[in-house]
Amino acid sequence: MNFDDTPQEAAFRAEARAWIQANAPKELEAELSQPTVGRIKLKNRDILEESKKWQKKKAAAGWACLHWPKEFGGRGATPIERVIWQQEEGFYGKLEGVFLIGQGMCGPTMMAYGNEADKKKHLPPLAAGEHVWCQLFSEPSAGSDVAGLRTRAEKNGDDWIINGQKVWTTGAHFSDYGIVITRTDPTQPKHKGLTMFWLDMKSPGVVVKPIKQANGQSEFNEVYFTDVKIPDSQRLGKVGDGWNVSLTTLMNERMSIGARQSTGFPELFAFCSDLMLEDGPAIDDKNVRSKLANWAVKASGLKYTSYRSISALSRGDRPGPENSIGKLVAGTMLQDIATFAMDLQGASGALTDADSPSVAGQFQSILLRSPSDRIAGGTDEILRNIIAERVLGLPGDIRVDKDVPFNAIPTKGR
Amino acid sequence: MNFEFSDDQKQLRDQARRYLAEHSPPKAVRAVLEGKAPYDKALWKGLAEMGFLGVAIPEEFGGAGAGHLELCVIAEEMGRALAPVPFSSTIYLAAEAIMLAGSSAQKEKWLPKIASGEAIGTLALFEGVGNPSHRAIKVSASQGAVSGTKMPVADGAIADFAIVAARTGSTGRDADIGLFIVDLNGAGVTRKALANLDQAHGQAEITFDRAKAESLGAASDGWNILTRVLDRAAVLMAFEQVGGADRALEMGRDYALDRVAFGRPIGSFQAVKHLLADMYVSATLARSNCYYGAWALSTDAGELPEAAATARISATQAFQHCAKNNIQVHGGMGFTWEFDCHLYYRRANVLALSLGSPTYWENQLIDRMRFRNAV
Repeated sequence: MNFDDTPQEAAFRAEARAWIQANAPKELEAELSQPTVGRIKLKNRDILEESKKWQKKKAAAGWACLHWPKEFGGRGATPIERVIWQQEEGFYGKLEGVFLIGQGMCGPTMMAYGNEADKKKHLPPLAAGEHVWCQLFSEPSAGSDVAGLRTRAEKNGDDWIINGQKVWTTGAHFSDYGIVITRTDPTQPKHKGLTMFWLDMKSPGVVVKPIKQANGQSEFNEVYFTDVKIPDSQRLGKVGDGWNVSLTTLMNERMSIGARQSTGFPELFAFCSDLMLEDGPAIDDKNVRSKLANWAVKASGLKYTSYRSISALSRGDRPGPENSIGKLVAGTMLQDIATFAMDLQGASGALTDADSPSVAGQFQSILLRSPSDRIAGGTDEILRNIIAERVLGLPGDIRVDKDVPFNAIPTKGR
Repeated sequence: MNFEFSDDQKQLRDQARRYLAEHSPPKAVRAVLEGKAPYDKALWKGLAEMGFLGVAIPEEFGGAGAGHLELCVIAEEMGRALAPVPFSSTIYLAAEAIMLAGSSAQKEKWLPKIASGEAIGTLALFEGVGNPSHRAIKVSASQGAVSGTKMPVADGAIADFAIVAARTGSTGRDADIGLFIVDLNGAGVTRKALANLDQAHGQAEITFDRAKAESLGAASDGWNILTRVLDRAAVLMAFEQVGGADRALEMGRDYALDRVAFGRPIGSFQAVKHLLADMYVSATLARSNCYYGAWALSTDAGELPEAAATARISATQAFQHCAKNNIQVHGGMGFTWEFDCHLYYRRANVLALSLGSPTYWENQLIDRMRFRNAV
């Protein structure tokens, strides 16, 4: 048991470190090195612009989309090299946030199902950050039950005409392209009548409206489709095979490991170490210590769980199922830690005024944002189902709508 | 990075698992629990013959000289099988203390006997209600003898010798405490078995009346040695706890697959699935923390104190959580004497208290994290 690199890994790390040292946007260091939870913002600069600049620089030197084949703008690197790169890139990796969905999910789906000409044309600019892609899956009536989606695509000669609405689409307001899953045959059971396409987000009939979230910010969008015309050549996979295509997309995301989950623990520990309560430092308080210790072992458990997955990659194996617990543990932790940090501040905990002396500020924004961490990308409940079914081998839910034609499934509770 | 046991270590695990499945089945655990014997002597002898008792004891002292990662592997299997033998007292505490602080003569005297199964050892630390604290120690040592009462002492009724923490001074500092090896079969030792939650592992009260005692390590260094021994034992115990947690999770999962209610396996209900998924989460977090502890223990890393406390807390939580919810998944059957669920429930809650309770280790962890941050 050791934490050492193999000689090849060490050589790769040295090369990556040297390149980052020489090329990273040092002018952003002060801001990027601050702890962030959720979407990052820069004070006097546009994050999208800075992200694109850094990505372009990486691409030119062969450090973009490391695990992609070279012909599509990647480096053909191994999974462990990708993890090492992420470790070395450190907080500069926050600039990759806007590309994650495109490069992590849309790109691999294009690679698996796109035609050769489109792959050559569209993947390299995606890798280089020139184009941003989004993933149009969720709908108002299709959240956890994403196969219940109702956006229609109807064949019209060599084209498809799309009508409907997507929701919770991350980054749609600055995306150039997207992949969209649609219903092409409502007379089939729900998983069978789906088809996937890619499209230009500037296509006539596509309207993007930002959602004002419960925390007052806007990171997600509604996307409306009104008679949007897409050529059949932009179909990904067979007609009616959209569900399987979407599974490819989601599987790819599960393979990305190095990205560490924020838990809020380091921030809470630092906060409690400095905070004075009326009878002494918070960190000397018995209740505080007990809470801190319980969160400490969770944060540590997540860290070393990811190390186990990285070890599997280093051996050339596929990581085991242990990595599936990350978001489930971290989401609740963020919410609970924010609540507790505010408890320690008494009535001042309610203040979000940046100039208030007693306010750390970050916990208040974590509090307001954390409900989404327990919902986006798989709710806590869906994640528990996944662990129970795929890891523990328990039976799937009884699905009353499984073999029913989609257009015969009831749509109202009462 | 190689944060995983080696193929050889995994083979050792398989070998230990097979051996214990055959020689430490629930029937054997129940025989001790129900008072038919104070421990499973045949199993103890067998473990010695397999080389499991001496796996981390150097070859020159009669052990296999394999190392602490191998001992972690065995510990996990002992926990999974609830092996009714004085393994933790003898190996994690007594043998570790002697290996850490013993003179050559003490190592030569005791380690070969431990490896061969001839000597059972334990640590006599506690004196009534409370967690490890040098201030709580009243048993005194002077002129090569100890006097006073220790309780509870794990496996104290069957042990041949004990490492006794005793007071040698009264300055109020931890340098007042020394460690001593005492032959429990010698003069001046009286023992009384105490009933406890998990009779598959005995507890005792031991009273010393000028019992002959030999210093282990420097007289003023006792508390320091003891702290280090407890850290090492915490990692090993955490593996035992993770072994138990995994087994309790498996039992719950298997029952949920087999048991049918409302016309379907109960494991198809989300209420039951989510219970089991949460058990998997705590067992996984604990296992990962244990691996970190194993790394720190086997390399004697400066991180050991923090890693040990982390593994200990995490594994305690996981075993208690899995053992408790295993009963819940079983429903009424889980509350019968006949089903094995209560064996794990008992063990989980007793292990949580040995070596100091969760509150103690939580405090240790925060102190150690602050110390690291200060450095």
